[in-house]
Amino acid sequence: MAAVISAAGLARTFQTRHGPVEAVRGIDLTVREGEILGFLGPNGAGKTTTLRMLTTLLKPTGGAATVAGHDLAADPAAVRRACGYVAQSGGVDPQITVREELVTQGRMYRLPKAGAVRRTAELARDLGLTELLDRKTAALSGGQRRRLDIAMALTHRPKVLFLDEPTTGLDPGSRADLWDLVRRLRDEYGTTVFLTTHYLDEADALADRLVIVDKGVVAAEGTPSALKLAHGGSIDATLQDTFLAITGRGPAAADPAPVAV
Amino acid sequence: MLLHDTALVYGRYLRQSLRSRFALLFGVLTPLLYLLFFGPLLTGLPLGEQGSSWQVLVPGLLLQLGLFGALFAGFTVIMENAQGVVERMRVTPVSRLALLLGRVLRDATVFVFQAVLLVLSAVVMGLRAPLPGILIGFVFVALLTLSLASLSYAIAMKVRTPQEFGPLINAVSMPSMLLSGLMLPMSLAPGWLDVLSHFVPFRYLVDAVRDAYVGQYTSAHMLYGVLVAVGFTGLTVTVGTRVFRTAGA
Repeated sequence: MAAVISAAGLARTFQTRHGPVEAVRGIDLTVREGEILGFLGPNGAGKTTTLRMLTTLLKPTGGAATVAGHDLAADPAAVRRACGYVAQSGGVDPQITVREELVTQGRMYRLPKAGAVRRTAELARDLGLTELLDRKTAALSGGQRRRLDIAMALTHRPKVLFLDEPTTGLDPGSRADLWDLVRRLRDEYGTTVFLTTHYLDEADALADRLVIVDKGVVAAEGTPSALKLAHGGSIDATLQDTFLAITGRGPAAADPAPVAV
Repeated sequence: MLLHDTALVYGRYLRQSLRSRFALLFGVLTPLLYLLFFGPLLTGLPLGEQGSSWQVLVPGLLLQLGLFGALFAGFTVIMENAQGVVERMRVTPVSRLALLLGRVLRDATVFVFQAVLLVLSAVVMGLRAPLPGILIGFVFVALLTLSLASLSYAIAMKVRTPQEFGPLINAVSMPSMLLSGLMLPMSLAPGWLDVLSHFVPFRYLVDAVRDAYVGQYTSAHMLYGVLVAVGFTGLTVTVGTRVFRTAGA
Protein backbone atom coordinates (compact mmCIF):
# COMPACT_ATOMS: atom_id res chain seq x y z
CA MET A 1 0.00 0.00 0.00
CA ALA A 2 1.15 3.52 -0.76
CA ALA A 3 2.48 5.78 1.96
CA VAL A 4 0.16 8.68 2.71
CA ILE A 5 2.43 10.27 5.29
CA SER A 6 6.18 9.98 5.30
CA ALA A 7 8.48 11.92 7.56
CA ALA A 8 12.25 11.90 7.72
CA GLY A 9 14.17 13.51 10.53
CA LEU A 10 11.25 15.81 11.33
CA ALA A 11 12.39 18.06 14.18
CA ARG A 12 11.31 21.09 16.13
CA THR A 13 13.37 23.10 18.56
CA PHE A 14 11.71 25.86 20.56
CA GLN A 15 13.74 28.87 21.64
CA THR A 16 12.85 29.73 25.22
CA ARG A 17 14.23 32.09 27.82
CA HIS A 18 16.04 29.14 29.36
CA GLY A 19 17.72 28.17 26.10
CA PRO A 20 16.63 25.89 23.25
CA VAL A 21 14.23 23.02 23.98
CA GLU A 22 14.27 20.11 21.54
CA ALA A 23 10.62 19.04 21.63
CA VAL A 24 10.98 16.76 18.61
CA ARG A 25 14.49 15.60 17.76
CA GLY A 26 13.99 13.64 14.55
CA ILE A 27 10.92 11.61 13.73
CA ASP A 28 11.03 9.07 10.91
CA LEU A 29 7.74 7.44 10.12
CA THR A 30 5.56 6.11 7.36
CA VAL A 31 1.80 5.82 7.44
CA ARG A 32 0.10 3.72 4.80
CA GLU A 33 -3.11 4.66 3.10
CA GLY A 34 -6.24 3.54 4.94
CA GLU A 35 -4.32 2.69 8.10
CA ILE A 36 -5.28 3.58 11.66
CA LEU A 37 -2.02 4.59 13.28
CA GLY A 38 -1.71 4.93 17.05
CA PHE A 39 0.91 7.49 18.03
CA LEU A 40 1.87 6.87 21.65
CA GLY A 41 4.34 8.30 24.08
CA PRO A 42 4.71 9.65 27.60
CA ASN A 43 3.70 13.24 28.37
CA GLY A 44 6.17 15.63 26.77
CA ALA A 45 7.44 13.04 24.27
CA GLY A 46 6.63 15.36 21.36
CA LYS A 47 3.34 13.85 20.15
CA THR A 48 1.35 17.05 19.86
CA THR A 49 4.31 18.96 18.42
CA THR A 50 4.69 16.30 15.70
CA LEU A 51 0.98 16.48 14.96
CA ARG A 52 1.11 20.26 14.74
CA MET A 53 3.98 20.07 12.28
CA LEU A 54 2.23 17.48 10.08
CA THR A 55 -0.88 19.69 9.95
CA THR A 56 1.11 22.84 8.99
CA LEU A 57 0.39 24.64 12.27
CA LEU A 58 4.04 24.65 13.20
CA LYS A 59 7.06 24.99 10.94
CA PRO A 60 9.62 22.20 11.44
CA THR A 61 13.13 23.35 12.29
CA GLY A 62 14.59 20.25 10.67
CA GLY A 63 13.78 17.31 8.43
CA ALA A 64 11.05 16.94 5.84
CA ALA A 65 7.68 15.29 5.40
CA THR A 66 5.03 14.71 2.79
CA VAL A 67 1.34 14.35 3.56
CA ALA A 68 -0.98 12.96 0.87
CA GLY A 69 1.74 13.52 -1.70
CA HIS A 70 2.36 17.16 -0.85
CA ASP A 71 5.54 18.48 0.66
CA LEU A 72 4.97 20.10 4.04
CA ALA A 73 7.38 22.97 3.47
CA ALA A 74 6.81 23.56 -0.24
CA ASP A 75 3.03 23.33 -0.44
CA PRO A 76 1.35 23.73 2.96
CA ALA A 77 -1.91 24.86 1.29
CA ALA A 78 -2.28 21.49 -0.49
CA VAL A 79 -1.53 19.67 2.79
CA ARG A 80 -4.31 21.66 4.48
CA ARG A 81 -6.77 20.69 1.77
CA ALA A 82 -5.88 17.02 2.24
CA CYS A 83 -6.07 16.71 6.01
CA GLY A 84 -8.45 17.23 8.88
CA TYR A 85 -7.27 17.92 12.42
CA VAL A 86 -9.03 17.64 15.75
CA ALA A 87 -7.00 19.25 18.52
CA GLN A 88 -7.23 18.20 22.16
CA SER A 89 -9.20 21.33 22.91
CA GLY A 90 -11.54 20.82 19.95
CA GLY A 91 -12.03 24.27 18.49
CA VAL A 92 -15.60 25.49 18.47
CA ASP A 93 -17.00 28.70 19.93
CA PRO A 94 -19.35 27.91 22.84
CA GLN A 95 -21.74 30.72 21.91
CA ILE A 96 -22.33 29.56 18.34
CA THR A 97 -24.82 26.94 17.19
CA VAL A 98 -23.70 23.60 15.78
CA ARG A 99 -25.25 24.52 12.42
CA GLU A 100 -23.46 27.85 12.14
CA GLU A 101 -20.08 26.32 13.04
CA LEU A 102 -20.49 23.55 10.45
CA VAL A 103 -21.66 25.87 7.70
CA THR A 104 -18.86 28.40 8.36
CA GLN A 105 -16.35 25.55 8.38
CA GLY A 106 -17.64 24.41 4.98
CA ARG A 107 -17.24 27.94 3.66
CA MET A 108 -13.68 28.04 5.01
CA TYR A 109 -13.01 25.00 2.87
CA ARG A 110 -14.34 27.11 0.00
CA LEU A 111 -17.65 25.33 -0.52
CA PRO A 112 -20.33 27.57 -2.03
CA LYS A 113 -23.06 28.55 0.42
CA ALA A 114 -25.61 25.97 -0.77
CA GLY A 115 -22.89 23.32 -0.81
CA ALA A 116 -21.89 24.15 2.76
CA VAL A 117 -25.50 23.85 3.92
CA ARG A 118 -25.84 20.50 2.12
CA ARG A 119 -22.58 19.21 3.59
CA THR A 120 -23.71 20.28 7.07
CA ALA A 121 -26.87 18.19 6.75
CA GLU A 122 -24.83 15.20 5.49
CA LEU A 123 -22.29 15.39 8.28
CA ALA A 124 -24.99 15.87 10.90
CA ARG A 125 -26.79 12.77 9.67
CA ASP A 126 -23.60 10.75 9.47
CA LEU A 127 -22.41 11.71 12.96
CA GLY A 128 -25.74 11.78 14.77
CA LEU A 129 -25.89 15.55 15.21
CA THR A 130 -29.10 16.28 13.30
CA GLU A 131 -31.21 16.84 16.43
CA LEU A 132 -28.53 19.12 17.86
CA LEU A 133 -28.00 21.47 14.92
CA ASP A 134 -29.70 24.44 16.53
CA ARG A 135 -28.07 24.05 19.94
CA LYS A 136 -25.21 26.22 21.04
CA THR A 137 -22.04 24.15 21.22
CA ALA A 138 -21.75 24.95 24.95
CA ALA A 139 -24.91 22.89 25.50
CA LEU A 140 -23.48 19.66 24.06
CA SER A 141 -22.29 16.72 26.16
CA GLY A 142 -18.65 15.65 25.98
CA GLY A 143 -19.37 12.88 23.49
CA GLN A 144 -21.55 15.14 21.32
CA ARG A 145 -18.84 17.82 21.38
CA ARG A 146 -16.25 15.31 20.15
CA ARG A 147 -18.55 14.19 17.34
CA LEU A 148 -18.97 17.82 16.33
CA ASP A 149 -15.19 18.38 16.43
CA ILE A 150 -14.74 15.38 14.16
CA ALA A 151 -17.55 16.50 11.84
CA MET A 152 -15.78 19.87 11.52
CA ALA A 153 -12.57 18.10 10.53
CA LEU A 154 -14.39 15.90 7.98
CA THR A 155 -16.03 18.83 6.18
CA HIS A 156 -13.83 18.54 3.08
CA ARG A 157 -13.60 14.69 3.06
CA PRO A 158 -9.90 14.68 3.96
CA LYS A 159 -7.67 11.76 3.00
CA VAL A 160 -5.96 11.93 6.38
CA LEU A 161 -7.59 12.65 9.74
CA PHE A 162 -5.40 13.65 12.69
CA LEU A 163 -6.95 13.13 16.12
CA ASP A 164 -5.12 14.40 19.20
CA GLU A 165 -6.27 12.42 22.25
CA PRO A 166 -9.82 12.13 20.91
CA THR A 167 -11.33 10.23 23.84
CA THR A 168 -9.74 12.05 26.78
CA GLY A 169 -12.49 12.93 29.23
CA LEU A 170 -15.20 10.81 27.59
CA ASP A 171 -17.30 8.25 29.44
CA PRO A 172 -16.87 4.57 28.44
CA GLY A 173 -19.99 4.55 26.25
CA SER A 174 -18.92 7.62 24.31
CA ARG A 175 -15.44 6.17 23.93
CA ALA A 176 -16.81 2.99 22.41
CA ASP A 177 -18.99 5.08 20.05
CA LEU A 178 -15.98 7.07 18.99
CA TRP A 179 -13.95 3.94 18.27
CA ASP A 180 -16.77 2.68 16.08
CA LEU A 181 -16.84 6.01 14.29
CA VAL A 182 -13.10 5.92 13.59
CA ARG A 183 -13.32 2.37 12.24
CA ARG A 184 -16.30 3.31 10.11
CA LEU A 185 -14.45 6.28 8.60
CA ARG A 186 -11.66 4.01 7.54
CA ASP A 187 -13.92 1.23 6.27
CA GLU A 188 -16.43 3.40 4.40
CA TYR A 189 -14.29 6.25 3.14
CA GLY A 190 -10.79 4.80 3.25
CA THR A 191 -9.71 7.66 5.50
CA THR A 192 -6.26 7.29 7.02
CA VAL A 193 -6.45 8.02 10.74
CA PHE A 194 -3.46 9.24 12.75
CA LEU A 195 -4.34 9.38 16.42
CA THR A 196 -2.50 10.08 19.63
CA THR A 197 -3.70 8.57 22.86
CA HIS A 198 -2.69 7.85 26.42
CA TYR A 199 -5.10 4.95 26.70
CA LEU A 200 -3.32 1.76 25.84
CA ASP A 201 -6.55 -0.22 25.62
CA GLU A 202 -7.64 2.27 22.99
CA ALA A 203 -4.42 1.82 21.01
CA ASP A 204 -4.72 -1.95 21.34
CA ALA A 205 -8.34 -2.04 20.21
CA LEU A 206 -8.25 0.55 17.47
CA ALA A 207 -4.83 0.88 15.88
CA ASP A 208 -3.49 -1.31 13.09
CA ARG A 209 -0.01 -0.21 13.91
CA LEU A 210 1.66 1.72 16.71
CA VAL A 211 4.47 4.23 16.72
CA ILE A 212 5.88 4.88 20.16
CA VAL A 213 7.81 8.10 20.65
CA ASP A 214 9.98 8.99 23.58
CA LYS A 215 12.12 12.10 24.14
CA GLY A 216 11.37 13.38 20.64
CA VAL A 217 12.37 10.29 18.62
CA VAL A 218 10.62 7.09 17.55
CA ALA A 219 11.41 4.44 20.16
CA ALA A 220 9.57 1.51 18.57
CA GLU A 221 6.98 0.75 15.93
CA GLY A 222 4.95 -2.19 14.72
CA THR A 223 1.63 -3.93 15.19
CA PRO A 224 0.45 -4.20 18.80
CA SER A 225 1.20 -7.93 18.87
CA ALA A 226 4.65 -7.57 17.29
CA LEU A 227 5.56 -4.94 19.88
CA LYS A 228 4.29 -7.11 22.73
CA LEU A 229 6.37 -10.01 21.48
CA ALA A 230 9.52 -7.96 20.95
CA HIS A 231 9.43 -5.74 24.02
CA GLY A 232 6.93 -7.23 26.44
CA GLY A 233 8.47 -10.70 26.27
CA SER A 234 5.42 -12.54 24.92
CA ILE A 235 2.42 -12.02 22.67
CA ASP A 236 0.27 -12.24 25.79
CA ALA A 237 2.08 -9.36 27.50
CA THR A 238 -0.07 -6.35 28.23
CA LEU A 239 0.49 -3.27 26.12
CA GLN A 240 1.04 -1.47 29.41
CA ASP A 241 4.11 -3.58 30.22
CA THR A 242 5.31 -3.30 26.63
CA PHE A 243 4.96 0.47 26.70
CA LEU A 244 6.80 0.76 29.99
CA ALA A 245 9.59 -1.50 28.72
CA ILE A 246 10.02 0.61 25.59
CA THR A 247 9.99 3.99 27.31
CA GLY A 248 12.00 2.74 30.27
CA ARG A 249 9.64 4.22 32.80
CA GLY A 250 8.44 1.08 34.43
CA PRO A 251 8.73 0.40 38.11
CA ALA A 252 12.42 -0.07 38.94
CA ALA A 253 13.53 -3.69 39.02
CA ALA A 254 13.71 -5.09 42.52
CA ASP A 255 17.06 -4.20 43.99
CA PRO A 256 19.10 -7.38 44.43
CA ALA A 257 20.98 -6.10 47.47
CA PRO A 258 18.92 -4.72 50.34
CA VAL A 259 20.00 -1.26 51.39
CA ALA A 260 20.00 -2.07 55.06
CA VAL A 261 19.98 -5.44 56.67
CA MET B 1 -10.30 34.31 -2.55
CA LEU B 2 -8.98 36.93 -0.13
CA LEU B 3 -12.22 38.85 -0.49
CA HIS B 4 -14.34 35.72 -0.01
CA ASP B 5 -12.35 34.64 3.05
CA THR B 6 -12.31 38.10 4.58
CA ALA B 7 -16.07 38.43 4.14
CA LEU B 8 -16.53 35.01 5.75
CA VAL B 9 -14.39 35.78 8.79
CA TYR B 10 -15.92 39.26 9.07
CA GLY B 11 -19.43 37.79 9.00
CA ARG B 12 -18.64 35.28 11.70
CA TYR B 13 -17.27 37.92 14.07
CA LEU B 14 -19.87 40.54 13.27
CA ARG B 15 -22.60 38.04 14.18
CA GLN B 16 -20.66 37.42 17.38
CA SER B 17 -20.73 41.16 18.17
CA LEU B 18 -24.40 41.45 17.33
CA ARG B 19 -25.20 38.63 19.73
CA SER B 20 -23.84 40.68 22.63
CA ARG B 21 -25.67 43.96 22.11
CA PHE B 22 -24.86 45.00 25.67
CA ALA B 23 -21.12 44.90 25.01
CA LEU B 24 -21.74 46.75 21.77
CA LEU B 25 -23.16 49.75 23.68
CA PHE B 26 -21.01 49.37 26.78
CA GLY B 27 -17.82 50.37 24.94
CA VAL B 28 -19.15 53.87 24.37
CA LEU B 29 -19.83 54.41 28.10
CA THR B 30 -16.41 55.74 29.14
CA PRO B 31 -16.13 58.42 26.45
CA LEU B 32 -19.79 59.27 27.03
CA LEU B 33 -19.09 59.90 30.72
CA TYR B 34 -16.19 62.17 29.77
CA LEU B 35 -18.50 63.98 27.38
CA LEU B 36 -21.19 64.50 30.04
CA PHE B 37 -19.16 65.22 33.15
CA PHE B 38 -15.84 66.50 31.80
CA GLY B 39 -16.92 68.31 28.63
CA PRO B 40 -18.91 71.05 30.39
CA LEU B 41 -15.81 72.01 32.44
CA LEU B 42 -14.02 73.09 29.27
CA THR B 43 -16.65 75.36 27.76
CA GLY B 44 -15.29 78.56 29.33
CA LEU B 45 -11.60 77.74 29.27
CA PRO B 46 -9.08 79.17 26.78
CA LEU B 47 -7.86 76.03 24.98
CA GLY B 48 -5.62 77.83 22.52
CA GLU B 49 -7.40 76.19 19.57
CA GLN B 50 -9.92 77.33 17.01
CA GLY B 51 -13.58 76.55 17.45
CA SER B 52 -15.58 75.70 20.54
CA SER B 53 -14.37 73.47 23.35
CA TRP B 54 -16.55 70.69 21.93
CA GLN B 55 -14.65 70.83 18.64
CA VAL B 56 -11.48 70.23 20.67
CA LEU B 57 -12.80 67.59 23.06
CA VAL B 58 -14.92 65.38 20.79
CA PRO B 59 -12.06 64.47 18.39
CA GLY B 60 -10.03 63.46 21.44
CA LEU B 61 -12.85 61.32 22.81
CA LEU B 62 -13.33 59.63 19.44
CA LEU B 63 -9.71 58.56 19.36
CA GLN B 64 -9.84 57.59 23.03
CA LEU B 65 -12.72 55.29 22.15
CA GLY B 66 -10.62 53.71 19.39
CA LEU B 67 -7.45 53.60 21.46
CA PHE B 68 -8.86 51.81 24.50
CA GLY B 69 -11.39 49.72 22.63
CA ALA B 70 -9.17 48.41 19.86
CA LEU B 71 -6.10 47.82 22.01
CA PHE B 72 -8.10 45.40 24.15
CA ALA B 73 -9.54 43.55 21.11
CA GLY B 74 -6.88 40.87 21.58
CA PHE B 75 -8.63 39.49 24.64
CA THR B 76 -11.03 37.65 22.33
CA VAL B 77 -8.11 35.94 20.58
CA ILE B 78 -6.70 34.81 23.92
CA MET B 79 -10.06 33.17 24.65
CA GLU B 80 -10.23 31.67 21.18
CA ASN B 81 -6.71 30.31 21.52
CA ALA B 82 -7.75 28.53 24.71
CA GLN B 83 -10.82 27.12 22.94
CA GLY B 84 -8.70 25.97 19.99
CA VAL B 85 -10.72 28.08 17.55
CA VAL B 86 -7.69 29.89 16.10
CA GLU B 87 -5.83 26.65 15.36
CA ARG B 88 -8.91 25.02 13.92
CA MET B 89 -9.17 27.93 11.46
CA ARG B 90 -5.46 27.88 10.73
CA VAL B 91 -5.59 24.26 9.49
CA THR B 92 -8.20 25.22 6.89
CA PRO B 93 -7.02 26.74 3.58
CA VAL B 94 -8.51 30.10 4.62
CA SER B 95 -6.17 33.04 3.88
CA ARG B 96 -4.00 34.10 6.83
CA LEU B 97 -4.50 37.76 5.94
CA ALA B 98 -8.27 37.19 5.96
CA LEU B 99 -8.10 35.70 9.47
CA LEU B 100 -6.75 39.05 10.63
CA LEU B 101 -8.61 41.38 8.25
CA GLY B 102 -12.03 39.84 8.97
CA ARG B 103 -11.49 40.41 12.66
CA VAL B 104 -10.14 43.95 12.47
CA LEU B 105 -12.77 45.05 9.97
CA ARG B 106 -15.40 43.84 12.45
CA ASP B 107 -13.67 45.90 15.13
CA ALA B 108 -13.59 48.97 12.88
CA THR B 109 -17.33 48.54 12.19
CA VAL B 110 -18.15 48.32 15.89
CA PHE B 111 -16.04 51.33 16.85
CA VAL B 112 -17.30 53.51 14.03
CA PHE B 113 -20.83 52.65 15.15
CA GLN B 114 -19.93 53.67 18.71
CA ALA B 115 -18.26 56.81 17.37
CA VAL B 116 -21.50 57.78 15.60
CA LEU B 117 -23.39 57.36 18.89
CA LEU B 118 -20.80 59.49 20.65
CA VAL B 119 -20.95 62.28 18.07
CA LEU B 120 -24.76 62.30 18.13
CA SER B 121 -24.65 62.69 21.92
CA ALA B 122 -22.08 65.45 21.51
CA VAL B 123 -24.36 67.30 19.13
CA VAL B 124 -27.03 67.22 21.82
CA MET B 125 -24.48 68.59 24.30
CA GLY B 126 -23.65 71.50 22.01
CA LEU B 127 -21.14 70.32 19.39
CA ARG B 128 -21.39 72.13 16.07
CA ALA B 129 -18.97 71.04 13.34
CA PRO B 130 -19.04 70.75 9.53
CA LEU B 131 -20.37 67.43 8.24
CA PRO B 132 -17.32 66.62 6.02
CA GLY B 133 -15.13 67.17 9.07
CA ILE B 134 -17.23 64.79 11.14
CA LEU B 135 -17.06 62.16 8.40
CA ILE B 136 -13.29 62.57 8.16
CA GLY B 137 -13.20 61.98 11.92
CA PHE B 138 -14.94 58.61 11.43
CA VAL B 139 -12.37 57.62 8.79
CA PHE B 140 -9.60 58.30 11.30
CA VAL B 141 -11.42 56.23 13.93
CA ALA B 142 -11.63 53.39 11.40
CA LEU B 143 -7.92 53.57 10.53
CA LEU B 144 -6.91 53.83 14.17
CA THR B 145 -8.98 50.80 15.16
CA LEU B 146 -7.74 48.76 12.17
CA SER B 147 -4.16 49.37 13.18
CA LEU B 148 -4.51 49.05 16.95
CA ALA B 149 -6.69 45.95 16.75
CA SER B 150 -4.11 44.33 14.44
CA LEU B 151 -1.41 45.17 16.94
CA SER B 152 -3.54 43.88 19.79
CA TYR B 153 -4.21 40.54 18.06
CA ALA B 154 -0.50 40.18 17.29
CA ILE B 155 0.37 40.77 20.95
CA ALA B 156 -2.39 38.42 22.13
CA MET B 157 -1.09 35.60 19.90
CA LYS B 158 2.34 36.06 21.46
CA VAL B 159 1.59 36.45 25.17
CA ARG B 160 -1.34 33.99 25.32
CA THR B 161 -2.50 34.64 28.91
CA PRO B 162 -4.85 37.40 30.09
CA GLN B 163 -2.60 37.92 33.12
CA GLU B 164 0.21 39.12 30.85
CA PHE B 165 -1.95 40.77 28.24
CA GLY B 166 -3.98 43.15 30.45
CA PRO B 167 -1.07 44.87 32.22
CA LEU B 168 0.90 45.09 28.97
CA ILE B 169 -1.95 46.84 27.17
CA ASN B 170 -2.54 49.18 30.11
CA ALA B 171 1.13 50.08 30.08
CA VAL B 172 0.79 51.08 26.41
CA SER B 173 -2.61 52.73 26.42
CA MET B 174 -2.41 55.09 29.41
CA PRO B 175 0.80 56.92 28.37
CA SER B 176 -0.44 56.96 24.77
CA MET B 177 -3.62 58.70 25.83
CA LEU B 178 -1.90 61.25 28.06
CA LEU B 179 0.95 61.99 25.67
CA SER B 180 -1.17 62.47 22.57
CA GLY B 181 -3.30 65.27 24.04
CA LEU B 182 -6.60 63.45 23.70
CA MET B 183 -8.27 65.27 26.61
CA LEU B 184 -6.65 68.68 26.30
CA PRO B 185 -4.64 69.91 23.31
CA MET B 186 -0.87 69.68 23.55
CA SER B 187 -0.68 73.32 22.48
CA LEU B 188 -1.25 74.04 26.19
CA ALA B 189 1.77 71.94 27.14
CA PRO B 190 5.20 73.19 28.20
CA GLY B 191 7.89 72.74 25.55
CA TRP B 192 9.31 69.41 26.76
CA LEU B 193 5.90 67.74 26.92
CA ASP B 194 4.96 69.07 23.50
CA VAL B 195 8.21 67.67 22.04
CA LEU B 196 7.70 64.33 23.79
CA SER B 197 4.16 64.03 22.45
CA HIS B 198 5.44 64.22 18.88
CA PHE B 199 6.93 60.76 19.37
CA VAL B 200 3.45 59.31 19.96
CA PRO B 201 1.73 58.55 16.65
CA PHE B 202 -1.76 59.29 17.97
CA ARG B 203 -0.80 62.94 18.50
CA TYR B 204 -0.88 63.43 14.72
CA LEU B 205 -4.27 61.78 14.40
CA VAL B 206 -5.86 63.97 17.07
CA ASP B 207 -4.43 67.13 15.54
CA ALA B 208 -5.79 66.10 12.13
CA VAL B 209 -9.29 65.34 13.42
CA ARG B 210 -9.37 68.63 15.39
CA ASP B 211 -8.50 70.45 12.16
CA ALA B 212 -11.23 68.54 10.32
CA TYR B 213 -13.76 69.54 12.98
CA VAL B 214 -13.06 73.24 12.28
CA GLY B 215 -13.19 72.79 8.52
CA GLN B 216 -9.46 72.87 7.75
CA TYR B 217 -9.07 69.96 5.37
CA THR B 218 -5.79 70.90 3.71
CA SER B 219 -3.61 71.85 6.69
CA ALA B 220 -0.19 70.44 7.49
CA HIS B 221 -1.76 68.68 10.50
CA MET B 222 -4.13 66.90 8.14
CA LEU B 223 -1.28 65.79 5.89
CA TYR B 224 0.76 64.40 8.77
CA GLY B 225 -2.33 62.79 10.28
CA VAL B 226 -3.13 60.95 7.05
CA LEU B 227 0.47 59.85 6.53
CA VAL B 228 0.86 58.55 10.08
CA ALA B 229 -2.54 56.81 10.09
CA VAL B 230 -2.01 55.07 6.75
CA GLY B 231 1.60 54.16 7.49
CA PHE B 232 0.78 52.82 10.95
CA THR B 233 -2.11 50.77 9.58
CA GLY B 234 0.08 49.25 6.85
CA LEU B 235 2.76 48.38 9.37
CA THR B 236 0.51 46.82 11.99
CA VAL B 237 -1.57 44.79 9.52
CA THR B 238 1.67 43.38 8.06
CA VAL B 239 2.93 42.44 11.52
CA GLY B 240 -0.45 40.95 12.49
CA THR B 241 -0.68 38.80 9.35
CA ARG B 242 2.83 37.51 9.89
CA VAL B 243 1.87 36.43 13.40
CA PHE B 244 -1.27 34.62 12.19
CA ARG B 245 0.84 32.83 9.58
CA THR B 246 3.63 31.64 11.84
CA ALA B 247 2.05 31.60 15.30
CA GLY B 248 2.40 28.60 17.53
CA ALA B 249 6.03 28.82 18.57
